[in-house]
Formats: sequence, C-alpha cells, structure tokens
Amino acid sequence: MTNIGSVIGVNGNMVSVQFEGDVSLNEVAYVVVGDKKLKSEVIRIKGSRAEMQVFEITKGIGIGDKVEFTNDLLSVELGPGLLSQIYDGLQNPLPQLAEQCGFFLDRGVYLQPLNRDKKWKFTPHVKPGDSVARGDTLGTTPEGIFTHRIMVPFNMYDNYKVKSIVSEGEYTVDHQIAEVEDDKGNVYPLTMTFNWPVKKAIDIFIERLKPVEPLVTQSRIIDTLFPVNLGGTFCIPGPFGAGKTVLQQLTSRYAEIDIVIIAACGERAGEVVETLKEFPELLDPKTGKSLMERTIIICNTSSMPVAAREASVYTAVTLAEYYRQMGLNALLLADSTSRWAQAMREMSGRLEEIPGEEAFPAYLESVIASFYERAGIVKLRDGSIGSVTIGGTVSPAGGNFEEPVTQATLKVVGAFHGLSRERSDARRYPAIHPLESWSKYKGLIDVRKTDYLRKVLFRSDEIGQMMKVVGEEGTSLEDYIDYLKGEFFDSVYLQQNAFDPVDVAASAERQLYILDKLLIIILTHYDLTDKETSRSFFNQMRQKFLDWNGSKFQSDEFKKIEAELQEMIDANRRESKEEIKEKFDKLFSDN
Amino acid sequence: MRKIYSRINEITGNVVTVNADNIKYGELAEITSAHGKSLAEVIRLDGEKVSLQVFSGGRGVSTGDEVKFLSRPMQVSFSDNLLGRIFNGRGEPRDNGTHLTENMIEIGGPSVNPSKRIIPRNMIRTGIPMIDLFNTLVESQKLPIFSVSGEPYNELLARIAMQAEVDIIILGGCGLKYDDYLFFRETLEESGSLSRSIFFVHTAADPIVECLMVPDISLAVAEKFALKGKRVLVLITDMTNFSDAMKEIAITMEQVPSNRGYPGDLYSQLASRYEKAVDFEGAGSITILAVTTMPGDDVTHPVPDNTGYITEGQFYLRNGRIEPFGSLSRLKQLVNDKTRDDHRALMDGMIKLYANYKETLEKKAMGFRMSDWDDKLLKYGVLFEDELMALSVNIPLEEALDKGWEILAKCFTREETGMRTDLLNKFWPKSEG
Repeated sequence: MTNIGSVIGVNGNMVSVQFEGDVSLNEVAYVVVGDKKLKSEVIRIKGSRAEMQVFEITKGIGIGDKVEFTNDLLSVELGPGLLSQIYDGLQNPLPQLAEQCGFFLDRGVYLQPLNRDKKWKFTPHVKPGDSVARGDTLGTTPEGIFTHRIMVPFNMYDNYKVKSIVSEGEYTVDHQIAEVEDDKGNVYPLTMTFNWPVKKAIDIFIERLKPVEPLVTQSRIIDTLFPVNLGGTFCIPGPFGAGKTVLQQLTSRYAEIDIVIIAACGERAGEVVETLKEFPELLDPKTGKSLMERTIIICNTSSMPVAAREASVYTAVTLAEYYRQMGLNALLLADSTSRWAQAMREMSGRLEEIPGEEAFPAYLESVIASFYERAGIVKLRDGSIGSVTIGGTVSPAGGNFEEPVTQATLKVVGAFHGLSRERSDARRYPAIHPLESWSKYKGLIDVRKTDYLRKVLFRSDEIGQMMKVVGEEGTSLEDYIDYLKGEFFDSVYLQQNAFDPVDVAASAERQLYILDKLLIIILTHYDLTDKETSRSFFNQMRQKFLDWNGSKFQSDEFKKIEAELQEMIDANRRESKEEIKEKFDKLFSDN
Repeated sequence: MRKIYSRINEITGNVVTVNADNIKYGELAEITSAHGKSLAEVIRLDGEKVSLQVFSGGRGVSTGDEVKFLSRPMQVSFSDNLLGRIFNGRGEPRDNGTHLTENMIEIGGPSVNPSKRIIPRNMIRTGIPMIDLFNTLVESQKLPIFSVSGEPYNELLARIAMQAEVDIIILGGCGLKYDDYLFFRETLEESGSLSRSIFFVHTAADPIVECLMVPDISLAVAEKFALKGKRVLVLITDMTNFSDAMKEIAITMEQVPSNRGYPGDLYSQLASRYEKAVDFEGAGSITILAVTTMPGDDVTHPVPDNTGYITEGQFYLRNGRIEPFGSLSRLKQLVNDKTRDDHRALMDGMIKLYANYKETLEKKAMGFRMSDWDDKLLKYGVLFEDELMALSVNIPLEEALDKGWEILAKCFTREETGMRTDLLNKFWPKSEG
C-alpha cells in the first residue's frame, strides 16, 4: 500500500508534508496538484513531518494537497538504449518530451527513459542451473559499437540459480528474458532493465585499482603537463569567459575513451544546443560512427528547476558506473559543479540549516568528495577492467579560487586545470595556467621531459616579470633568449587552435614526436648576436612550427615542414648536431 | 469563491502574514487599506500562516485591513493592443490609456525544452558600428551592458530601441529614474518607434515589489509575441536594481544571505529570466539586452559576476563608448561569416591595431620617444575612436566596414595592416593607393 501525506507548507521549491506510516530519506513522492503529479524527493524527516524538494515549479500547490509516497529512492532506469539519449536531470528524454509538449517543459510530465518498442538482439551467456549473483552477465546485446551486458540487477543481493533463460532472439526491454531462483525457492522474473538509486555508488567489483593508464584528451597542455588517468578525477575552475565549456566540449569530442556522459548542470542552454545539434553529425575518427553513439547528454540548464539540477550529476555518474560494469571506460564531464553546489545551498537555506562559508551548507565538502570518489578504475568480477573518469568545471564567484566550492574540489581531485583570465584575454587557448595547474598522475610523457619544460616555463616567466621592471634594455641577451624559448614553447605547444581541423586534436603519437623536436629546439644554443635577431629568429620558428601543427601527422607536408624546421635550426645553431644529441640523451635517455 | 480575511497577524517590511486556508502557492490577493487597494502575492505557506508580499509596500497597512484572495496567479493581458502602451510593474496603464483585461496570460512560465532550441543564425542590425561590426548582436542572444552609473547606458538602449531591426521592442524599467523614463518615452515618441514598443516601467519612486515583476511581465509578453512569429527585442534597465529588490525581500523573509547580502539563489533567479531568450523554430524569437550597473566598477560584484556566467558575452560601456576590450558577443562567430568577406578580418585586424595604439599611448604617457609607426598608430586611434566608436555614429554595417578600410588607408600602407592580400585587393580604397 502506498503511503499518503498532505502538504502543510510551501516555501519556494520546498514543500513540507504531514504523513503517517513510514517514510525514508531520499524517497520519491508526488505532490498532486489538480490533474498533475509533481515529482519530489524527501530531504528531511522530523517526527511525522517531512521536508521535500520538488523537482518542478511549485506554483499552485496548496495546503492540504495530497502527497503520494512511492517507497522508492530517486532512481534511474538502466538497460540497453541509454546511449545517444538526451535526458533532463531526472532521466526524462527531452526530444520525446518535446514531441508531446512542444516548445516548453510542462511540469508533471514524466516519460519512460528507454524505448519500449525497440527490439534488442539478445544472446544468452548462461544456461539454466548456473549460479549467478548481482552484476553477473546473463547475456549481451549489441548497442551501437558496444556489447551491452544484460546483468543481474544490482539490487538483488542474494545468490541465485538460473531457472530459465530465453534463447537467442530479438526482445524488447520489458520482455522477460530470464527467471532466477534464490535458496529459499523464490523465483524472480528478469527483464533487460532495472532501477538503481542515483545517490548510491554501484559497488560490484573485486577491487579498485590505481589509475595509471593515461586518458588521452588530445589537448597537448593536458596530456603533456597535466595528465588525467583513466579512473581519475580533474577539475577545471575558471572565471566566466575563460573557456571552461569550450574545453569540456573539445574533451567530449576528442578524448580517447569508450563512453562520454555530458552533464550540463545549470549552465546556458545555448551551449548544450551546440552539442545536441553538432554531435550527431560529427564522426568519431576511431569508429567512423557518429559521436552521439558513444554519448549520453544529461541536460539540466540554468532555467530548469533547481532541485533537478542537484539530481542531475548523480543521474550522470550512475549511468557512467553502469557502463563501467560492462568493462568499458566512461568519462563524465560535469559543467558546472558550482551550479550543483548552489542548488544544495538553496535547499539548505530553505531548510534553515546553519550556514557555512558563503552560506554553503557545512556538508558541502563531504558531498563533493563523495561525488568525485565515485570515479575509479575497477577490476570486475569477471576479471575485466572498467573505469569512470570524472571531470568537473567550477565557476568560482569573481574568478577567485579561494571560494568554498573550488577549495573543496581541489582537496579531492587528482588534477587541477586552472583557467586564467589573463591567458584568455591574451587569447592563449586553452587558457589553462601552465604554472598554477597541477596533476598527480603520471602521463604519457617522460617525467624528466615535463620537469625540464616546466623549468623552462618558470624561468621564462621569471625573466618576463623582471623585464616589466627593468625593460628589455636591462635584460641580458642570454636571459632574453631563455625568455623567448619559454614563450615559444607556450605558443607552439601549450596553445592549440580549436578552429584548425588538424591542430584541434593531437594524438598521443604526435605529441610524443613533436615534443622531442621541441626539446631539441629549446636545448640548442644559437648564434644570435642581439635581441632583435633573436626575436625574429624565434618568430620565424614559431610561424613554421604552427604550420607544422596544422599539417596532418606524417603526411608529406608534415615531413616537408619538419625538414624546413631542421634547416632553420641548422642554419643558426652554435653547436654541432652530435653535441645537441649528446645533451638530449644525457638529460632524457635511460642509458 | 473568493475568500476574504480581515485580520493581518504580522507586517514586516513589504511582507504581511495572515491566517487563511485553502490558499495556493503563488496566488494573488488584494489588500484594501485606508490608503487604497494593492495586490499581493503568496510567497510562503506554513500551515495556516500565509505570507504575502504586498506590491505597493507594507507602509500604512493595518492589522485590520481586508485581504481578499483572488484564486489566480499574477497575470497580464496580451494582445496587439499592448503596442505603443506604457504600463507599470503590475501591468496597469501608466499612460492614461484603457485598462486591458482581455486574454490574460500567466507570467513566469516554464522554460523552453533545450532539445527544441536551435543554433542562432540571424544577426540583428542596430546601426551602431561597435555592435554590428565588432560584437554583432544575434537573434536569441542574451547580453548585458556592464556599465558604471553615470555612463549613457539609457541613451544607448534608446538608440538600440529606435534602430534595431526587429518587429517589437519591449522595454522593462527596473527602478528607473523618473527623468529617464520620460527620456525613453519622448525619444521613442519623436522617432516614431513607440508604436512598435511596449513599456513596463517601474520607477525608483514605485514600491519595490513591483520592480521584481518587471522582467517576468516583459518576458511573458515577449514570449507570446515570439510564438506568434515576431522578432522581439527585450531591453531591461537595470538588472542590478532588480537584484537589489530581490535582496531586500530575501532579507525581510529572513533568508540566509550568501554573498554581500544577496540571496543564495541569485544565479538561478537571474538565469530563469535571461534564459527566456530563445529562437523558436518556425516562429519568432526573443533577444535580451539588459543593463547591469556595476557598483564601484567592480565586475566581481555578485550581480555582474553571476550575470557574466549566464549571458552570452557582454558589452562594457566605459567613457561613453562600448569598449572593444572586454566586450564580447559569444555568438558573433555564428553570423559574421555571412555578412561580407572582410567582416571577420577587419574586426580582428582593427582591434589588434587599436590594442597597439593603446600600448603606444602608454609609452607616450611615460615620455618615450615616438617612432614613425607610433605616430601612425596615434592617428589611427583617434580616427577609430571618433568615426567608429563614438556612440553618435549611426551607419549600417556595410558603411561601417567601408569606413574601417578608409581609416586604415588614411593611416597605414597596405602591408602594415596585416590583412590578407585577397581582402586588400578587393577592399582597399582605390584613391589612396
């Protein structure tokens, strides 16, 4: 029997309810307003009074309105057909909603997340009599380019024997595909879908592993200096206009990963639209299929109800974990976690909790930490490896990284890609600050090389600062060349042109290759007699290198420009080729 | 059935509390006091206790005043009869015209389904070169005008209202000085643009609660016109006053303030208004330009800061000009490749040279010797500021582009401009070589 309550208070998107019987925290309930039922979640219980956040506009709710409790926690539906969908924060498919309601998001309309009519080709992997437990594969079905595992629902905690299983064939998601029996003789019919509560991490694996394998994003500054590993976490804080969203969009396109889940959380609708309209037409170079086939978009933009914004990041991470259970690598990009934190702040304010810093709730840090902790690379029970990598943008008020959300995030992530206003104003994109950012992961590039380059940058910056005071005249030629080398590294390697079809994505192979060339250029001592010739030499080198960046890897043009670059080095170097090689080997070679 | 109560329990600021039952959240009520009638809106329900914000303010409201609930939320009339009319924040006429009661629509409706949005594709011409040429306004864009108080932002809005190539202008005034209101009215009347405009004006002297209604009411009307296929431009001045009104109410309601006294939901509140900007596939569009004054010229103040995260770029108004640095229309890339071949190149090239001019100015101020190149830049900077940047300049985009080439030709040789050769061949003014 469902539990019934009645509304006794309304304050913004929070509704207080008087109830009888038992109600659990995070349980879903519906407020009945006229002929509409508004989805809500219980967020506090005191005696027989429950506070609920309503995922819709609360206009028109009155005292005494009926509330129906469902007994279920806020869940998502898992099963084949999730990929290439566009959902709101509560897993409502938006295109289907538009078909039904037109331009606007009418409240109280909830559609089923998965297509009920589509038939999936199911191949059984178990036979009657086999014993299975939660998360074990019953069979598979192809979903786009992936093999989707149909698993024993994660919320069945006993050991079971397979009683029956359908033969290979095409079935809808609601079709019964198997029956399993527990030791007490209870029989459970299973379909291809089941629900899982979003706020609970999926915990079916043998062990969590250390993230060691690099995730190639094809952004040079990230992969080389501030790498992210599969199963790791990273954050991108930055003031408005510094290019957070563009960076996330590029990552979602070019990252070498199986599944990408984009959680557009409380940001501009216009930006999501670009992804929505462009992704289906963009081809994944690896598979030749539309990028949409590996993508799920969870879209809860800034004007959509705040409570659903809070839920949206959990919805997204749960879907990522589900695909991880199939031995796939999933990447979750959340833009922006600050909006999510603000949603928590709004709710906390309505609950009249004692506020922490900047009125954020005191539990902000632990909530952020437990969210990022849902990332990880795991060894599954069948021995395969799957991972969830989480990257979140942060929008600090006033671009000041001292604020609570940035600080709480920095404590728990493995890499920090801090965007800076100065770099974006100077059109140095991606505007990740090369001296302030950091990563705890070991990436594809030899640490000795990255350390060396970091020193080059640091020195160059130091001289740059000094030059502001003493002017160019007061700087020695040697220092000036060091300064130019740092600037050169910045402009030809760290900066990347997102509008250039080739330069926009640099493969791991290419990065390894051109980085060595770059190191040679920086290592070499040149015959440069004054500042003017030094500047023009490095300007020419820069122009050539940028052309090189714009040519396809190992194409004829690429090789031609490479030769020209070498000629320019040869024409100006003070040392012999052998000396340079020796220097290079001494610094970076293993023998 | 209308419900009438005659006992007010609590009056704090603009919020009154009565005991009533069967009241809906967001419902309107009418309070009759010795000083006249006022509307009020339900903003909190707690058991029997109903909190209402009184549009005309709490002053003079007595505990014995009559509260009549109207069983409907805030509404505004919508029809073509609105055109050319001036209303206050409650949607009542301010121009001695007739009271409109036909076809009432609700305000503050649901947001647009993101999957129904389309990528913006049409520019809006304003005749202001700093906008058309350098930071093109795009249909369905939302842009704030960041400005220090004292800058001619209302003059700029009025210019845009007169010149912008759209079907309907809706002007929302939040806390407008009465003089400014008169200025808008007269300017648009004289130019003949009033007939395509609708004003919803809250002046600084009006009750603060009405200020909160202005954006919602303006946008609700805009939305209906857009759905009927009209291209609507909504101009709002000034969103900082709107935010301050929100702050006032939030503090009265004893909400925990988050940043400089503003409520924690400032971002969501602003976003739900700005996000009404939309291009409806197969119908019209809403474009929003809103003045945001920056207290103390501080862009990290919560209002401009939160706004910057919501909007698609910003115009900085400084020294009576739209600043080329800092100002940005994020959507310009979507349209400025379809105007004229030289648009993008000229936009980038002229700004780069202007940046060089600024550097030279600094050098000059520090007493460095000026080279030939510096002199050229100085000449260029002045011409650029006078002939393109000044707000008084009013020319269509094509003329502005020609003007740009002309200025370049007056100051530099072809090579010095750094422009692509094919563009130079096509557009470099013939007479100057």
